[in-house]
Amino acid sequence: MARKDKTDGEMLKGTLDMMILRTLVTGDAHGHTIAKVIERGSEDVLEVEQGSLYPALHRLEDRGWLSSYWGASENNRKAKFYRLTAAGRKQLARETSRWRQMIRAIGLVMGDEAMADGGTQ
Amino acid sequence: MSWLRFFRRNRSDAELQEEMDAYLADETAENIARGVNPEEARRRARIKLGNPRSVRETLWRQNTVSLFDTFGRDLKYATRTLARTPGFSLIAIAVMALCIGATTSLFTVVRSVLLRPLPFRDPGHLVMLYEHFRDARSNQAGFNYNTVAPADYFDWRTQTHGFEDMAAWRYWQFTLTGDGGELPEQVSARGGSWNLFPLLGVRPAIGRTFTENEDRADGTAVMLTWNLFERRFGGDASIVGRQIHLDGKPYTVVGVLPKGFTYPDAKVQVWVTYLSGLPPEIVPHHDYHFTRVVARLRPDVSLASALSPVGAVQYRLHLQNLNAPVAEDVAPRNINDDLAQDVKKPLLLLMCAVACMLLIGCLNVANLLVARGAARQKEVAIRGALGAQRWTLIRGQLTESLLICVAGGGGGVLLSLAATKWLANAWKDLPNAVGIHVDGVVLGFACALVFSAALLAGLLPAISSTGKAVFAALQASSRTTSGSLSRATLRKTLLTVEIAVTVVLLIGAGLLLRSFVRLRGTGVGCVTANVLTLDFSLSEQKYSSPEKVNAFDESLLEKLRALPGVRAVALGSVLPGQGNGGDDVFTIKEHPPLKPGELLPDALIRMADPGYFSALQIPLLNGRFFTSDDRLDRARKIIISNRLARQYFPGEDPVGKTIHVPAHNNTDFEIVGVVGDTLWQVGKPVEPTMYFPMLEGSLVRGQSFAIRTDSDPLAMSVPIQKQIAALDPELPVSNVQTMQQAIGDSLGNASFSATLVLGFAVLSLVLASVGLYGVLSYLMTQRKTELGVRMALGAQRDQVLRLILVDGLRPAIMGLALGSVASVGVTQLIGSMLYDTRPLDPTVYVAVTFTLLMVATLACMIPAWRASRLDPMQALRAE
Repeated sequence: MARKDKTDGEMLKGTLDMMILRTLVTGDAHGHTIAKVIERGSEDVLEVEQGSLYPALHRLEDRGWLSSYWGASENNRKAKFYRLTAAGRKQLARETSRWRQMIRAIGLVMGDEAMADGGTQ
Repeated sequence: MSWLRFFRRNRSDAELQEEMDAYLADETAENIARGVNPEEARRRARIKLGNPRSVRETLWRQNTVSLFDTFGRDLKYATRTLARTPGFSLIAIAVMALCIGATTSLFTVVRSVLLRPLPFRDPGHLVMLYEHFRDARSNQAGFNYNTVAPADYFDWRTQTHGFEDMAAWRYWQFTLTGDGGELPEQVSARGGSWNLFPLLGVRPAIGRTFTENEDRADGTAVMLTWNLFERRFGGDASIVGRQIHLDGKPYTVVGVLPKGFTYPDAKVQVWVTYLSGLPPEIVPHHDYHFTRVVARLRPDVSLASALSPVGAVQYRLHLQNLNAPVAEDVAPRNINDDLAQDVKKPLLLLMCAVACMLLIGCLNVANLLVARGAARQKEVAIRGALGAQRWTLIRGQLTESLLICVAGGGGGVLLSLAATKWLANAWKDLPNAVGIHVDGVVLGFACALVFSAALLAGLLPAISSTGKAVFAALQASSRTTSGSLSRATLRKTLLTVEIAVTVVLLIGAGLLLRSFVRLRGTGVGCVTANVLTLDFSLSEQKYSSPEKVNAFDESLLEKLRALPGVRAVALGSVLPGQGNGGDDVFTIKEHPPLKPGELLPDALIRMADPGYFSALQIPLLNGRFFTSDDRLDRARKIIISNRLARQYFPGEDPVGKTIHVPAHNNTDFEIVGVVGDTLWQVGKPVEPTMYFPMLEGSLVRGQSFAIRTDSDPLAMSVPIQKQIAALDPELPVSNVQTMQQAIGDSLGNASFSATLVLGFAVLSLVLASVGLYGVLSYLMTQRKTELGVRMALGAQRDQVLRLILVDGLRPAIMGLALGSVASVGVTQLIGSMLYDTRPLDPTVYVAVTFTLLMVATLACMIPAWRASRLDPMQALRAE
């Protein structure tokens, strides 16, 4: 499965939801695309496990942060598309700021100037 | 929103599968595009996706609300196990339906009659006021509440200020005749003081209520109840302002009362004002008791402090009228209790009886569940061994009893819909009978009942069958019987309690029944077989002189006596056994004047025609009956009852003495005869009675005929009514029934509660015997091997029979003993409802003991006999 060292691709807890929401800011997407975008976006460092992607999508939908509809994928196949709702947008903002605080805090502890200064570049 | 996902689990699973299929397809396509051959492309896609089942399972778990899920699973198992033994399930459900239905019905009635506030403004502040005599004799008969004299009411109202206001009402009755030749009808009426409706806070549906000016002797304002308005006047609002004829006199309709207004009972058709039609000379009297007083408390004044000035006024009135029956004190009564006075006790008693039945039902279901628990011992043990929590096991079993109770409760509510309707119709004494129906609160009560019954029936068996000892079942060999012994003890205990409660119920029912039979058997002091009775009231307009009244009475009597099949006819005001009819005080001319503080003698008053006593076969003890010569101004004669003679003429001959009755034309009457005593109501003590001659010609409101016939008296009712109609077609006749029916009606309450309690007791007996049979059958099956060994070793069949029988009868006898002891205490509570029957009546106790032992023996006999027929070889091979 994983071509890299197992720990490299493992995600920090709770970050998958945030990344899914972030991915959908640019437009509606279906599961495959979302996974791909996250993987590509992380320069293939992160690997999205399908076993957690789909439950996460359903959970976010259940909380009202995503809505979904069936449409045709770029290959003209039937696919379930997800869209960010207004509540989802707010949630993304909340999680992003929380994430930044966290990064900064960890950075301070680790004595990493770059992280402590600006969060994600 | 979020927990709803639980119910969408299947859809979301299907969607997930589609999504994953789409993912696979996309990934494969991408791989192919990268130049991988299709087979490899698909394989890689699959690898990338991982295990689709595990993804589905993750999502499924995520969508699960564990509470629902486990409950659903419990429910499914419970339904399955119950469906596997339909016989057991149906019996248990039927038992619960019966018990819950009966309890719900009774609760519905109790709520409507005793608990529901009347549809008045702030009904908690309303209170009825009565005169209260302090002497021992008045209180001994339980007659603490005396209706109020008009002058007392007016003095209370004007001289005290503790209450916001007081209002009065009295009984009245009219003949309503139509202008367009409609049938005349007797209407029950009340005369209410002008401030009654404002005091109660009742607004008229149409028109207005009475004004103060209308509340006088010649006032002719009338209000219709909704019932009469709809029924007789077709709900036409233009009736307000028009006239109707009551007793031939025109009255003006000023308003219509609202639909829900059925105070004081639903039979009332019209309301006039309190003083309307009341002879003005009666009003200043302090000893003519016929008024009910309703008072409204001020919000800031307690009942006690509002009452004490009224009591003071009354005591002063008492001192001013020392010899007259003017009470010393006043007594308040809750307005709801006042309406329910006759039915409160029987209702509470019945409520207790159904509660007992419900308890027995629950114990029975518990017993059946314990038996099932025993049969499923191994299953429970294995589940426990595999790691099921004890709570999970208990929950599973509770679900079963809950399911039984819910199904039973559903059936019970349906049952109670019918039963409540029947109860409200059949129980004639219930006030507010139209207001009795099942509503939200009742349904809530039924739900609470279902859940507590489920808990009661399910918890004990569930706890007992899941204890630590259960694991012994896994170790025990199939032949060991010791493992089930503790369970058998539990069942026997349950059974003992069940039988004890049954015994209490049976004894209570037996006492009530015996009391009722005693009542039934009491003679009222006159002939009652083959007697037809009917009531009528002559109209004041039409029969304006004594001569006219006499002419009607005598010609009707003559016509009726001439009818073939009629043996004798009596005409009077009130017939024996049919009510009080009012009483009056009198003085005896020949006796010295009363000492101060000594009460005036008092007697019931009746009118009688010359043929009255011979027709009713009331014996003449002394003197003579009335003759047709005792009429008009020669009618200053009186006949007294034996009780009056003995009470007020001890050791002297009353015939020839003179009685002065202030209330009866204020004249002297010569005693011409003494007749045998009659009861005014069955179950009540004999009262002194005086009879005036009917032919004095005064207009009596409510006359009654008693017609003795050769055969079935009801068959004569049509020819008799035809004779009346021939004389006066506008005269309505009411209460056409046999004397036995009329007296039976007055026993309605006693008969009703006795029958119902007996019904519940018999049902409980059946339940208990079924329980007994069940327990013993089960024990027998458990001991099959043991019995086989005994028989193989030489035990005789009758020894085995005795063994099982004794085993079964032991809890029965224990229960009987416990129940009898409990009954001694419990039956004291119903002592006041019993007539001529002591709460410890030995006959009842013996009869109940005997019945119970018979039924218990019968219930035990079947399994015992079956045990004695066992083939030892088969019994030993069976395992």
